[in-house]
Amino acid sequence: MNEQGKPGAVGAHYVSDAPFDPRSIEALSPDQERYYLASQWRLMWWKLKRHRLAVICAFVLLTMYASTLFSEFLAPYNLHTRKSSFIYAPPQRMHVFHDGEFVGPFVYGFDSRLNMENFQRVYTDNTNKVQKLRFFCRGDGYKFWGLFESDVHLVCPAESGTLFLLGTDRLGRDMLSRIIYGTRISLTIGLIGIIISFAMGLVIGGLAGYYGGIVDHVVQRVIEILRSFPELPLWMALSAVLPVNWSPVLVFFGITVILAMLDWTGLARAVRSKLLALREEDYCVAAQLMGAKPRRIIARHLLPGFFSHLVATATLSIPSMILGETALSFLGLGLRPPVTSWGVLLNEAQNISVVALYPWLMLPVAPVIVVILAFNFFGDGLRDAADPYK
Amino acid sequence: MLRYVLQRLLMMIPTLLVISALVFVIIQLPPGDYLESHIAELESQGESVDHEKIAFLRHHYGLDKPVYQQYFYWLIGMLQGDFGYSFEYDLPVTEVVGDRLILTVLVSVFTIIFTWLIAFPIGIYSATHQYSWGDYGLTLLGFIGLATPNFLLALVMLYLANIWFGTSIGGLMDPQYIDQPWSWDKFVSVLEHLWIPVVVIGTSGTAGMIRRLRANLLDELQKQYVVTGRAKGLPPFKLLTKYPLRMALNFFIADIGSILPTVISGAEVTAVVLSLPTTGPMLLGALQSQDMYLAGSFLMFLATLTVIGVLISDLALAALDPRIRLQSGNS
Repeated sequence: MNEQGKPGAVGAHYVSDAPFDPRSIEALSPDQERYYLASQWRLMWWKLKRHRLAVICAFVLLTMYASTLFSEFLAPYNLHTRKSSFIYAPPQRMHVFHDGEFVGPFVYGFDSRLNMENFQRVYTDNTNKVQKLRFFCRGDGYKFWGLFESDVHLVCPAESGTLFLLGTDRLGRDMLSRIIYGTRISLTIGLIGIIISFAMGLVIGGLAGYYGGIVDHVVQRVIEILRSFPELPLWMALSAVLPVNWSPVLVFFGITVILAMLDWTGLARAVRSKLLALREEDYCVAAQLMGAKPRRIIARHLLPGFFSHLVATATLSIPSMILGETALSFLGLGLRPPVTSWGVLLNEAQNISVVALYPWLMLPVAPVIVVILAFNFFGDGLRDAADPYK
Repeated sequence: MLRYVLQRLLMMIPTLLVISALVFVIIQLPPGDYLESHIAELESQGESVDHEKIAFLRHHYGLDKPVYQQYFYWLIGMLQGDFGYSFEYDLPVTEVVGDRLILTVLVSVFTIIFTWLIAFPIGIYSATHQYSWGDYGLTLLGFIGLATPNFLLALVMLYLANIWFGTSIGGLMDPQYIDQPWSWDKFVSVLEHLWIPVVVIGTSGTAGMIRRLRANLLDELQKQYVVTGRAKGLPPFKLLTKYPLRMALNFFIADIGSILPTVISGAEVTAVVLSLPTTGPMLLGALQSQDMYLAGSFLMFLATLTVIGVLISDLALAALDPRIRLQSGNS
């Protein structure tokens, strides 16, 4: 405080000449304006972007889903290519330097011999066989998207060499290629399943929440009963019932439907509770008074209010479907061998004595965990972002 | 309270009826009846078919009657303790099942106790130390536990035990006790083997429970009365335990209803991997060979176990929280 600040002191009184706008305090800065005028989806996007981990996970998931479009190109071998002289070969290590000299990425070729004691094949690296990897090269032929023939791969082994970065299985098939092909089935089964269960949850939950009363009561009971049932044994029972003579594709859809049939309860509950809360809102009453039909009110006025929330809930229930399929196939009740998912691959690792000898058969566990974690983190971020006004 | 208990018990009956109908539909789905496929199988193996016995079974289980009557036969039989006939083992289901049901209950109960013991302190720690390194570390660990399917965890643990100790950790008791009557030594042996499946099955439930306990307790801790208490100079420990923790405890009891189906699901598959003598492997075998009475009674048993578990948690919750018993008493 200076002299002028003292009580009783007479000082120069400052008066601003600038024109005074009484509304200046209410005016929005450009930043605020942008925020207040942004649509709900834009707000969600902003909020999601700040959730660093969720964005990373979304990126991981996108990459994996994108890879399913190009599985044939990405995998060094075809799904069913068998190298009968390399049964249960261990993963080949990738090297860059040979004898202190730079040669680019390469693997050492295998020498194999049969251990006469336990008839196990023993593979050793032969440092004389330097097998340089080729990129964008010609290998196994395939039919791309079922449309046109091609034989170009991202990476192939050297001419007459091998490339088993994750080892081979009991028929000498490359694990890496099989995992890449398995991604396709494992990931799509979650997506197709969630679409079915999403539709079921919307319709059933919507009816229960909008009409209330007896419909609501029945739906509530059904949900309660389905939820009190341990999921996996029920899945097991249902998939065991699938006729044995069904084609693999039919089995695939059968399993998807079975997974979806028990999964819709969570979504239906979310829809119902949201609808119950929202149908009391004034705008809903107004729409009713104007003579809008229930279908229009639900779809046009109520759904947009909590759709984002639903998407988040659905994202969080995809992993349980992927896990369900993996568990079923692992037990041998799910998909059957010509169709290859991670669970089908893990089926080979069921016997511990085999796994102890050939631990790389367990490798399909890794992508399963990565995908489940990614979906969980992403779904968590999405759920936080789904309520952007908080 | 008595009224609430009665109400809850009565509500169980329709639930179990619907579940039994559902299970019956599932076991009816495969084409043909069990005896037909059984006869076909026996004949294809060149074994003689005891027609008298088949006819007796057919009559006894009402397989010559319409479907809805079969259902009632099955239902009434179950109420009288007759769970049907296992064609694979050629024995009544009750004799095949043996200890497996007890062991399943044992594994489930211990898993839930384990879940509580682990989740409770960690959840409280995470909530009271929000955004600390400990909280972050435990949250991450919880997420990984949540994401790892327990049968894969079982597989990995089997492998590691094989590598490190050179032993198999499968099974639920030492070999000499298998098929022996229950004794104290056998019980101890079971307890010694129990911890591995309990840990494996418990991880995902524990992780979920930690997260929910943390969220609930955090909500409670942000309330005004906590601030008031702190302003009054209440010691931190008392401030935590006196009200917020008790509020969070309610949900803790209620949560058993949501983790029990997960625990039982997980227990089935884990049991297959670890080859535990519980219902899991036998259910799988029964499903694969379409030995449907056996599979059906297992499904029924698992569902009943879940329903009873939920009932217990509801009753405990009502005993703990007067709001619940008053609310449902009035309506």
